Amino acid sequence: MITTQEFLQIDLPAMTAAVLACVCCALVGNFLVLRRQSLLGDAISHAILPGIVAGFLITGTRAGLPVILGALAAAVIAGVLIEAVRRFGRLDGGAAMGVVFTVMFAGGVVLIEQGAARAVDLDADCVLYGQLEAILWLAPQTWADLADPAVWADLPRQVVTLALVTLLCVVCVVAFAKELAITSFDPALATTLGIPAGLFHHAVVVLVAIAAIASFEAVGSILVVAMLICPAATARLLTDRLPVQLWLSVAIGGLTGAGGYLLGAFGPSILAGGPADALNAAGMIATLAGVLLTAAILFAPRHGVLARNRPRHRGAAGHQMGKDVVSDAVTH
Amino acid sequence: MLFPHSAPSIAETAATPPLEVRGLTVAYNRKPVLWSADYTAPARGLIAIVGPNGAGKSTFIKACLGLVPAVSGTVKVHGGPVAKRRALIGYVPQRETVDWDFPASALDVVAMGRYAMIGWCRPVGRAHKEAARACLDRVGMADFADRQIGQLSGGQQQRVFLARALAQEARVYFMDEPFAGVDAATERAVIQVLRDLDHAGRTVICVHHDLQTVADYFDHVLLLNTRVVAAGPVATTLNAETLRQTYGGRLGPGDVPMAGRDRAPDPGRDLAPLERGVA
Repeated sequence: MITTQEFLQIDLPAMTAAVLACVCCALVGNFLVLRRQSLLGDAISHAILPGIVAGFLITGTRAGLPVILGALAAAVIAGVLIEAVRRFGRLDGGAAMGVVFTVMFAGGVVLIEQGAARAVDLDADCVLYGQLEAILWLAPQTWADLADPAVWADLPRQVVTLALVTLLCVVCVVAFAKELAITSFDPALATTLGIPAGLFHHAVVVLVAIAAIASFEAVGSILVVAMLICPAATARLLTDRLPVQLWLSVAIGGLTGAGGYLLGAFGPSILAGGPADALNAAGMIATLAGVLLTAAILFAPRHGVLARNRPRHRGAAGHQMGKDVVSDAVTH
Repeated sequence: MLFPHSAPSIAETAATPPLEVRGLTVAYNRKPVLWSADYTAPARGLIAIVGPNGAGKSTFIKACLGLVPAVSGTVKVHGGPVAKRRALIGYVPQRETVDWDFPASALDVVAMGRYAMIGWCRPVGRAHKEAARACLDRVGMADFADRQIGQLSGGQQQRVFLARALAQEARVYFMDEPFAGVDAATERAVIQVLRDLDHAGRTVICVHHDLQTVADYFDHVLLLNTRVVAAGPVATTLNAETLRQTYGGRLGPGDVPMAGRDRAPDPGRDLAPLERGVA
C-alpha cells in the first residue's frame, strides 16, 4: 500500500489537477452542447497544439505566458482559417472545422518531432494524455502539514493555473447565466433586446479555449475533448432545467475526474492483490466519462432508451431530444 | 390598461409613426431580396405583410430590427433609430428558428422577454417571474408553465412565443408568421391577443402567409415582392389587381380572393433558399 506521504505528494496534486480540469471543461462545454457546436470544442482543443509547441520551442519551458499566448494565437488563427475555408472553399462549417483542426494538429505533431530531434522535453504522448504524473507537490509529508501556509505556497503551478481558470469559468457562467442562456436559445431575440449574441458566441469560444489551454498540459487533448462534451451531454439527459444541468455537469465532471484517477492509480493493484502498474489516469477518466454517458443514454429517467420505450411515459418530443443529444455526443 | 407599468408613455411617441422605412435594400450573395422598400406604418390597426415565398417578408422584418445587414436605407421606430428604440420593440421569430430541445420551461422562455428590463447579470426576480406567468395565462398556457418547451405541441410553442412578446411590454411588435402551422385553438388565442394589443394602442406588424384570413384578421396590408407593391388599408389595397402584381398572376386555386387558376410554380421559389439561409 502507498504511504500518506506518497499520496499527498503524488496522488493528491495529480488528482486535484484532473478534477479541476474536468470541472472547468465540463462547465464551459455545456454551452457548446446547447449551441450544437460540440465540434468546435474538438477544433479548439486540437488547433491550439502548434501554438503551445511553438511557445515551448521558443522559450524552452512549458510554463508561463509564452505558451498560453501561443495557444491563444493558434486558436485565433484557427478561427480565421475556418471562416476562410468555409467562405472560399464553399464548405459547410463542420467540414471547414474538420479540415483546419486536423491540419493544425498535424502541424503541431510535426513541430514536436522537430523539438524531439533537439532533445527537448516534449513528446506526442503527453499531447494525447497529458502529464498528470509529473504534477508533484513535494512540500507536505503528513496530513498535519496541510495546516501550514508555507506548504500551500509550494502548490504546483498547474494546479494553481487550473484553479484560477476554473474560478474564472464559474464566475463568468454565474454572472452571465441569463445572457448565455438567451444567446444560446434565441440569438435573434437576444440581439433585439440589446444583448449582443455575436459577442457572446465569441466569448464562449474564448472561454473554451482558455479552459482547454489550462487543462491541456495536465490531462492532454483526449481528456479535454471528452470533458467538454461528455458531462454536459450526460447532465442534459438527466434534467430539463438549465441551472440543474450546469451544476450536474460540474458534479459529474469532478466525480469522473476523481473516480477515474483513483481507478487508474489503485484499481490494478487492488485487482491484482499486490503491486501492479497503474493505468493511464487521463485515459481512465475519459473512459469513465464515456461509461457514465452510456449509462445515462440507457437509464436516464425521462430521456433514456429504457424510459422512452416504456409506453406510459412516451412523448414524441422527448424522443427526439434524446436522439439529438446522443448524436452530438457520439461524434466524439 | 393592458400593461400597468414600465411601458414608455404612449403620448411621448404618439406624434411619430410606429415604423418608418426609407429605401431599404437587402442583398444576400449580391442578389437583392428586398429592393428599395419604403413604408410608413399607420398609428392604429393590425398590419399584415403579404407576398409570395421569397418575396423578402421575413427579410423586411429582420432588416428593420437590424438582424440582417441592409445595403442601404433607413429604419425609424417612433421617430428614432432602432438601436435607440429597443425598449419599444417586441419580436416573435419564426418558430423553427430556435432549438426546442433547449433545457428550459415555458416560464423560462417567457421570462426571456423581460431580460432587457431585468438588466445585465441579475437573476430573474420574483416580480418578473410573476409577470411572465401572467403573460402565459393570457395565452391560455398557465397550466404548462413548468413544462419543458420540447414537450409542447407546435401551437403551444407558438403561444409561448407570443406570451414572451407580451412579457416584453413593447410598443411595436414584429411577428414572423405567428399563425404558421398552428391549431384552431391557438389561432383564436393569437388573434385575440393581437386585437387586445391593438386596442391597447400597440402596433403589430405580422408576416402572414394565408391570403384567406388577411381581411378577417388585419386592418392594413403591405404587399411585398422584393419591392413594395402596395400598402394601405386592407379594404382598399387588397384587390385582384394588386394581388396579380404581387404574385405575378400565378395564384393557386385555393388562394382566394383570386380563385379559379391553375396552381403554377411559385414565382419566388428561386429566391427562397437565400432567405432560408439566414433564417
